[in-house]
Amino acid sequence: MAQSRRDFLGMVFGGFAAAGGLAALYAMKRTWDPLPSVMAAGFTTVDLSPMKPGEFRTVTWRGKPIFILRKDHTDLKICEDQDVKVGEGDYLVRIGLCTHLGCIPAWEPDKKIFKCACHGGEFDACGVNIFGPPPRPFDIPPFKIEGTKLVIGEEGPEYKKLVGKA
Amino acid sequence: MAQFTKANSIYEWLDQRLALTKLWKVLAAEYWIPKNINFLWAMGVVLMTMFTILVISGIFLLMYYKPDTNLAFDSVNYTIMQEVWFGWLWRHMHAVAASVVFLVIYIHMFTGIYYASYKRGREMIWLSGMLLFVTFSAEAFSGYMLPWGQMSYWAAQVITNLFGGIPFIGDELVIWIRGNFYVSDPTLTRFFMLHVFLLPLVIMMIIGLHFYTLRIPHVNNQDGEEIDFDAEAEKYKAGLKKEAKVIPFWPVFLSKDFFVLGVFMIFYFYLVFYHYNFAMDPINFDPANPMKTPPHIYPEWYFLWSYEVLRGFFFDVGPLSAMDIGLMAFGIANVIFFFMPWLDKSDVVAPAHKRGAFFWWFWALLIDMIILTIWGKLPPTGINAWIGFFASVTFLLLLLVILPMITKKEARRAGGAA
Amino acid sequence: MRELKILAVVVFFTLVTYWGVEPFAHSIMHPHHEPATFTYDDLKPLNKSGDPKRGAEAIMNNGCTGCHGIKAAGIPAPMDPVTASASYGVNPPDLSTAGALYDEKFLANVIKNPVHAMKLEHKFGDAKPFPMPNFYGSDQDLADIVAYLKSIAPKEVTPKDAFVNACGRCHDMKYDNWYVIGPKPKMDTELEKAQFNLKHAQYQANLKKYLGTNPPDLSMYIRSRGHEYIRDFVEDPQKLLHGTAMPRVGLTEESTMKVIEYMEKVGDRKKEKRNSLGPWVLLYFVIFSILAYLWKKKIWSEVL
Repeated sequence: MAQSRRDFLGMVFGGFAAAGGLAALYAMKRTWDPLPSVMAAGFTTVDLSPMKPGEFRTVTWRGKPIFILRKDHTDLKICEDQDVKVGEGDYLVRIGLCTHLGCIPAWEPDKKIFKCACHGGEFDACGVNIFGPPPRPFDIPPFKIEGTKLVIGEEGPEYKKLVGKA
Repeated sequence: MAQFTKANSIYEWLDQRLALTKLWKVLAAEYWIPKNINFLWAMGVVLMTMFTILVISGIFLLMYYKPDTNLAFDSVNYTIMQEVWFGWLWRHMHAVAASVVFLVIYIHMFTGIYYASYKRGREMIWLSGMLLFVTFSAEAFSGYMLPWGQMSYWAAQVITNLFGGIPFIGDELVIWIRGNFYVSDPTLTRFFMLHVFLLPLVIMMIIGLHFYTLRIPHVNNQDGEEIDFDAEAEKYKAGLKKEAKVIPFWPVFLSKDFFVLGVFMIFYFYLVFYHYNFAMDPINFDPANPMKTPPHIYPEWYFLWSYEVLRGFFFDVGPLSAMDIGLMAFGIANVIFFFMPWLDKSDVVAPAHKRGAFFWWFWALLIDMIILTIWGKLPPTGINAWIGFFASVTFLLLLLVILPMITKKEARRAGGAA
Repeated sequence: MRELKILAVVVFFTLVTYWGVEPFAHSIMHPHHEPATFTYDDLKPLNKSGDPKRGAEAIMNNGCTGCHGIKAAGIPAPMDPVTASASYGVNPPDLSTAGALYDEKFLANVIKNPVHAMKLEHKFGDAKPFPMPNFYGSDQDLADIVAYLKSIAPKEVTPKDAFVNACGRCHDMKYDNWYVIGPKPKMDTELEKAQFNLKHAQYQANLKKYLGTNPPDLSMYIRSRGHEYIRDFVEDPQKLLHGTAMPRVGLTEESTMKVIEYMEKVGDRKKEKRNSLGPWVLLYFVIFSILAYLWKKKIWSEVL
């Protein structure tokens, strides 16, 4: 085991072999990456025009539920700087996962809250946590507005504005 | 309980508990190998490296492969080959390594035969090595089925059918192996299990056994000289490195192995990048079709010699049908090398060129097996069938008759001289 | 020295074995055939020079557009692929690119007598008539039509378009999302998926009635057959696979190369990566071996 420290050649050779090992590790890391087809499939387009005031919808984006709630012309709480405005509609668009541990809360229209069955967390119609363990409001998915359509997965100017304010 | 004193370093702490220094000595720094060797003695380390490459590339293929007859072909040829980062590289490495590992195994085996490293106490080395050959064969065959291409399918069909030749239980056995009346989804799934779990596990255990068997009789050397390893090791440790007939595994033996390994890797990666069709048969890029046999089917090159022994007997002899004779010959061919230490009746441990008739026997065997290999791939018609027949008969004669004969003579001469 | 001798022996026997099981065995299993010339020598040459204007009229007068679309001239396909396949067995090709893709001698002959030009006499005859009738007009008409097709053809056809027009109406290419009825769109509902699959199955069934078999998906053919075989096969399928239902399609050499280029892009799309990574890995192991050799020499100098 006692290796001569003067074995310079051995060190060079060992170092070179280790560098090859690192290159192989890089290839292995890459192999774990999500496939290009997975990355390309990361967009969901929703046409908002058929939604009526007060209507609640859930769509899927990258395997997660996206809550969409139309709030204009109703008595639902409007939050000027956190809603998404498309045409004359005013929408709440949020990733529908409780910020506590990731369960999916249910929309309760009569109480006007989202209630999480897992640990009793509640969110209001602006997506803000109002009761229980959730540490912060619902997350906002990156989105872009194209006419009456919402493209989830791409960062548009409206999204950047919203996140900047929020 | 052992006495533990306060350790001054992490290494010392571990050493107290795990005896690392001693372990390293036993395994490497004072594991003695004869000095009188050539590069053929590096094949063991080359094999170990190839096996490691197979395991690692296999792990990454396993992450995306789908063992289902509807998905297997596309998961290999689309997902792995075209989508996964470096997926094509893993697959090419896996396929080419699976093929050249047999080249190295054969070189390793013929080295053992040439230098008579299978007898006089080294029988267990030879037997465990043969076990590895058989399990590697099973591993290669089960892996070949997984891409579910035309060659996968028809190889599976033909090879599983072979078991039908076993008397009385043959027909039921074939169905039992396949899990269906024909090669189909359950067949694929169970061979998948064998390929990625059971067989690799068994191989790893036999590799351990193979290393262990080397401990007592030690590695042979170029002249078959009997070395007093303890005395020579003392010499080496006393600083008489040049006089000692042995070298430690680390770093002396391995330093040479690494060089041989480097050269071998140049060859291997040349095949991986530029010359892979021999290991990835083009026909297997057609998806499996149970209703259409390809015009030419043949096993991978490393199975061809025993396949040709199976095909070589193409005519009935008396009450025995051609198929039964072929099956029997095939059965013998597959186990005959296990008996090498006992078919060789002589105690002489020396390289073949110092063993007279054995030298000619060695080259005759090698050439005969190459002929069997080449003719195993050719369509068995006309003159080819006869060449296959004579080569098969020669193979059996060489091992069952001529080897015992010439070695008996050698033993008598050696006995007389002594 | 002795080690080099041993190495030479090992290499020699390895190469003999390799030669025997690869080049030698394959030369016996696949007898040599003449490489494709793309001259279509068996067909009668067209000796007249044609006039595109009269060709356009001839196309109209002879009812070609009853079955074929010519998008370049603003004439859409008369039917969708599935309906067309129900009537003819296969969806007739759009003629916009025909002048660029196909050999002109072949074009004239295929119009005049399709079964003969495509070498399908063993499949079609009086008992089973070919869906496209023979043309009984003059050679001048033929020359005019060919001249017209050439006049409307684009200068450059993409490899994919060449494949789609020449092969893609019988063969799927699913690794590039191409199906005989067109590309598979992004579908959200089970109903849409089922409808697409139904159409595909209907087309395939019609094709099977027409050809007697379903032509294979070609996604991996670049690996299973290789450049050379595909080139020679496309020029004259009967020569390499006697009795096949595949017609001779009459591609020029240039368009055949485009088809092959497309097949390679789909079936071997990591080829460039492979070729660019290869030299680096080899270089790595050359340096690895040199360093290992130097180290070995130093270590062994103490024991030898």
